[in-house]
Amino acid sequence: MPQFVVLWTDALILLLVVLALGFARYAAGRPHLRGPWRRVVRSRVGMGTLVVLGFYLVVGLLDSVHFYPPASDDDISGQSAPGEVMSLFDSLVPELRMRRETTYSAPLATHLYAKETIELGDGTATRGFARLKFGGAHLTDPAVEKTGDLIRLSLSGLLKGVAFSLVVGNLILMFLAVRAGNSFGTQAKHVLSGRTEVPWRVVLSTLGLMFVLIFWSAELASKYHLLGTDKVGEDVFYQSLKSIRTGLVIGTLTTLVMLPVAVLLGIMAGYFRGWVDDVIQYVYTTLNSIPGVLLIAAAILMLQIYMSNHENEFNSLVERADLRLLFLCIILGITSWTGLCRLLRGEALKLREMEYVQAATAFGVGHLRIIVRHILPNVLHIVLIAVVLDFSGLVLAEAVLSYVNIGVDPTMDSWGNMINSARLEMAREPVVWWSLAAAMLFMFTLVLCANLFSDVVRDAFDPRLRDSR
Amino acid sequence: MTAYIIRRVLYSIPILLGVNILTFVLFFVVNSPDDMARMHLGMKRVTPQAVESWKQERGYDQPLLFNTSVPGFAKLTHTIFFQKSLKLFQFEFGSSDSGRDIGYDISQRMWPSLAIAVPVLLVGLLVNISFALLIAFFRATYIDFWSVVLCVVMMSISGLFYIIGGQYLVSKLLHLVPISGYDTGLNAAKFLVLPVIIGVIGGIGAGTRWYRTLFLEEINKDYVRTARAKGLSERVVLFRHVLKNALIPILTGVVVVLPLLFMGSLITESFFGIPGLGSYTIDAINSQDFAIVRAMVFLGSVLYILGLLLTDISYTMVDPRVRLS
Repeated sequence: MPQFVVLWTDALILLLVVLALGFARYAAGRPHLRGPWRRVVRSRVGMGTLVVLGFYLVVGLLDSVHFYPPASDDDISGQSAPGEVMSLFDSLVPELRMRRETTYSAPLATHLYAKETIELGDGTATRGFARLKFGGAHLTDPAVEKTGDLIRLSLSGLLKGVAFSLVVGNLILMFLAVRAGNSFGTQAKHVLSGRTEVPWRVVLSTLGLMFVLIFWSAELASKYHLLGTDKVGEDVFYQSLKSIRTGLVIGTLTTLVMLPVAVLLGIMAGYFRGWVDDVIQYVYTTLNSIPGVLLIAAAILMLQIYMSNHENEFNSLVERADLRLLFLCIILGITSWTGLCRLLRGEALKLREMEYVQAATAFGVGHLRIIVRHILPNVLHIVLIAVVLDFSGLVLAEAVLSYVNIGVDPTMDSWGNMINSARLEMAREPVVWWSLAAAMLFMFTLVLCANLFSDVVRDAFDPRLRDSR
Repeated sequence: MTAYIIRRVLYSIPILLGVNILTFVLFFVVNSPDDMARMHLGMKRVTPQAVESWKQERGYDQPLLFNTSVPGFAKLTHTIFFQKSLKLFQFEFGSSDSGRDIGYDISQRMWPSLAIAVPVLLVGLLVNISFALLIAFFRATYIDFWSVVLCVVMMSISGLFYIIGGQYLVSKLLHLVPISGYDTGLNAAKFLVLPVIIGVIGGIGAGTRWYRTLFLEEINKDYVRTARAKGLSERVVLFRHVLKNALIPILTGVVVVLPLLFMGSLITESFFGIPGLGSYTIDAINSQDFAIVRAMVFLGSVLYILGLLLTDISYTMVDPRVRLS
């Protein structure tokens, strides 16, 4: 029986999921919140990007369930050192994690990228490109067989992907047909011609595309290193997938951590005015005036000193890296809550003059009750837009911070760390480009989807912008 | 106006004091000077004497807030808080942990930073405004739609990629300009071209999209309709009416970053090996030189507050409707 470990960020991610579900329930019963979401759901861009984001989310969530693998000497996972924390995602892709080469190899290569001395069977040594231990190891003569093998694997991957998407697509269509009370044929016609309210055609085609991609890459990655290997021979494809969690954690937990403070202080400043307002404004102007990067740098430096002085407080490297990640989220939160706080202050200033708030005051309703019942529900959309808008910027910030060595722990997989190492790799001759390309590709897809999605959400929630189009 | 400026300057003093106390707490209370000494001297096998002498060399051997060993007023002045933190108000940055004079280094290194930051700002402004105006001209067409999509795509690419990709393409493959480095005088130009171009390109996405919304907001106003109703051509409407009025938010948005240009860009400077304040900060972070980081935090805050002040003043100057209260 695996022994589960709950890291700090895991717990917070769980909390975030619970909060999101709770909010969804809450919003479903309230027309002023349900309306904008309905507009998001009806948007083609919104649904398409939502599907892609969903895949990122699944990988991130799977990667957030950590446990110590059960100690067994006979199976493959017994190779890992005892006490090494694994995630559910790791256990789904054991071959990606375990198959380590000795150093760099290009994507889909069968040989190492650099020449080294190879010992031949008869005791003599020559210099050449050594065969990889795992990448294409099933081939006897790579030079002849590789192309054919790649085509064969690709085709089978694509076919499996298409078949799977067809099955899933038909199941969804069937469900839709039953719900709408149509026959399957009519429903299919509606969806394919794009006449449904929710753009199911976009959803289904994006889903299909993602499934095909996943099956194709899984098929190739099972025999080769799809995106090559890095300096210590680790699979770059695996690193990129692991980095998804880091990116998501930075993008979401930062906002989650700062949200209570920003909402509470912002509303208090706007609602009470007077000296409360002065004090809160002073606090956020002071924090805001320190350049963000420098504050983060200073705080991370201090954390490093603390960690090196208290080394034995951490049970494992993973826990240490995790704590640093959480700390980074908190620091990023401290530097970024001021914008939301100011927005909420302005909104609360406006709301407190509304008739219904004045009426509540006249009836003798307490401050706390007014804030919770009348002010908070009316600023929720601002909070939501801020959460969505901040996400992509934070993911990009992680890369920059890790590059300056004040980001996540160097042992943690993150796109920033991959780009950081790529800096030296680009100076090599011949160039090692795949780490950089992989990190950029994964990050770009996530950030682009997040940007497009946040545009849709903002347009749906902000009537002023919508009317000006 | 003068009274307003004086009041604003006075208001910034408590803020700077707050920044000062915050950095003091962060650098000296959360981690004692002993921790810093041990960190610098290596963690293991450090003698207490070595720690003491390290602290003494850098003036960290005094008490934090209150010195009981000296008489009179010196009780307050012979402390780390007074010597290291409050001295920053006089722009006396002291010497770095490696012994160099920080104030001198800053005055030397701000010029390369400005040599990159100012062209990036000016060229970027010109390019972004032109593109945004062009998109506004074609508003509600496919050109508008795809331009915005392109902007979002460009925004979604990490700045690091522009730099690494640009360096690789222009310097390594095409050999047009050196990869990194710096020179004095006009010779610096060949080192500056690439960082400036990359800086501009990296900012096009967000900048153009933002300016486009500003233009569109202006285009929907009544006076623009009046101008069109008078029979003015679209070109005249855009340039004489829309551009002029939209410049107000654009320029006031620029004013706030003007003082911060001195600080340079961390990433660009370190990638291109330009000896500006940005790479100075990065080097300090990497070598864990706390004195420099502390000085830069303070300098950055001063410049930011200056930027806010200038913004408020420029608002009143370009827009007579804004009243000072």
